[in-house]
Amino acid sequence: MSGPVALAARRRLSRPVVTVCIVVVSVAWSIPTMGLLVTSLRPRTLAQSSGWWTILADPRLTLDNYRAALTPGSMTPDGALPYLLNSVAITVPAVVLPLALGCMAAYALAWIPFRGSTAVLLVVVGLQVVPLQMALLPLARLFGQGWSIGAVPILPSMDLGGSYLPLWAAHTVFALPLAIYLLHGFISIMPRDVLQAARIDGAGHLRILTGIVIPMCLPAMGAFAVLQFIWVWNDLLVALTFAGTSPRVVPITAYLASVKATSAGDLGRIAALGCIAILIPVLVFAIWQRTFARALVAGSVKG
Amino acid sequence: MGAVVSMKAVMPRERQRRTPGARLALAILLGPAAVLLVIGLVVPVLQTADGSIRNADGTAWVGLQNFGWVLTTVAARQALLNTLLWAIVVPLVATALGLALALLLDGKRRQALPRLLLLLPVSISSVGAAVAWGLVYEHRAAGQAQVGLLGEVMSWLGITDPRAWLLAQPWNTALLMVVMIWIQSGAATILLTVAIRAIPADVLEAAAIDGAVGWRRFADVIVPMIRGSLIVTATIIAAVSVKVFDIVRTMTDGNYGTQVVANEMFTQAFAASQAGRSSALAMILLVGVGAMIVFNVRHVRDQPGQK
Repeated sequence: MSGPVALAARRRLSRPVVTVCIVVVSVAWSIPTMGLLVTSLRPRTLAQSSGWWTILADPRLTLDNYRAALTPGSMTPDGALPYLLNSVAITVPAVVLPLALGCMAAYALAWIPFRGSTAVLLVVVGLQVVPLQMALLPLARLFGQGWSIGAVPILPSMDLGGSYLPLWAAHTVFALPLAIYLLHGFISIMPRDVLQAARIDGAGHLRILTGIVIPMCLPAMGAFAVLQFIWVWNDLLVALTFAGTSPRVVPITAYLASVKATSAGDLGRIAALGCIAILIPVLVFAIWQRTFARALVAGSVKG
Repeated sequence: MGAVVSMKAVMPRERQRRTPGARLALAILLGPAAVLLVIGLVVPVLQTADGSIRNADGTAWVGLQNFGWVLTTVAARQALLNTLLWAIVVPLVATALGLALALLLDGKRRQALPRLLLLLPVSISSVGAAVAWGLVYEHRAAGQAQVGLLGEVMSWLGITDPRAWLLAQPWNTALLMVVMIWIQSGAATILLTVAIRAIPADVLEAAAIDGAVGWRRFADVIVPMIRGSLIVTATIIAAVSVKVFDIVRTMTDGNYGTQVVANEMFTQAFAASQAGRSSALAMILLVGVGAMIVFNVRHVRDQPGQK
């Protein structure tokens, strides 16, 4: 019996089994999220007193929990909306800034020869693996008290309570090593001829960067953007360290964590707030799943 | 470091004449990122390293006293031990599950929806996942209707624990790990799917002709072919698990014997104002993550056919 035929026969045989497996596993995997969604849609008292799976016996659904989560003064003094907007206001610059600065730096490292460029690249690769915990306390101190060597002030202390700036800066700094590394991998293998032809035509580095490199590098930039968007939106550690408790700054993820800590028993409303908090990154992932996967793979190959 | 060697290879070989324009361009393009990285990352990292051998407010050197505190205090040792458990259990289980899922989904068309459902946890924040799993672990006293799925399943099995599940040591740490595994398995699936697709078709065909099908095909062909990717995946998840913070912070805040290094570090830094101890814990995280990366690089470098 020839191999491929036997293989094909076996495949045909096992296909229904595999399909059943896939359905069972993906349903099982979705149970926590499904439970969250169903709980958020059940009347508050029902959610507290019976499991979400009893929805089949008692199919009452309502949007009351969402209304309560969003209305100021209902669950918290401000409702969820300002925190959702804070997340947008934090995340968008925290994606754009490292992307722009990383692109510029990656181009410089790849195509402007200078002494020590390899060493700089090595430092960047090394910085990628440093846990951000290593920088938290000094950075928090820097934003709070400024920076001086001895008695000589290098940076003045900044009164940044209630400002997005520390969050933008922290997210940008923590993302830059990966951004530079990913984009350098892409930019450094661009065809030399194309860039050289542009040089001969008299284009400067800035013209080459904006006119040739960035358009060619859009897929890599998009991949990094999706990864960074989901990472920043979902972040808790940086938010807890640099956003304080001001409703003018705290993003939705940190808000969800604090509400969970204070009113954990209010299952239906917490579930609604949870769904609100995860909706946008889930949509971003669902739309740009392939792009996300590409970025994850590119980022994982790092040494 | 394979990646670095390949970078060297693509650096421009001939040095062009350095013009003032090139120097200006270099300053404009590389300057902002370099300044930010030095002020925001390099200097703080050195300050933390220095702070780890200083006292609580950083005014005097205390040698290795902070590390001694970590090793001799019951709570800190618990955090250390738990973190070690996270770093071992989570990557092993998540990588195994990721491999199973990748194989299950491999080569099947019309799997967009199952694929999305299985990978979705990757995009959910740890806080969101903690809320979703908090519902699963929600506990009601025996005799009451269970609200959490775990309690319901347990009462079917005749087990009614009078304590809430997240208070029951040592299983509560396992329950927290499940949340991380749920998130990270998707990432493992993505990485291993790419590795499996990269296995040359003729290798699989030749193996099939030699009779390697089913389990043999899996154990003797696929696993050896993607060994490097398995190690990369496991070490990356291990590095993430060493730093676990959000899940523990949101679900138990490190109480009931679930403390981990990253949460203890945060508490020491911002609640206890113990900069020295907090810096020492950060150094331990650095060493933990560094060890994973070194392990990763060593094993991958020896791999034929792995980038």
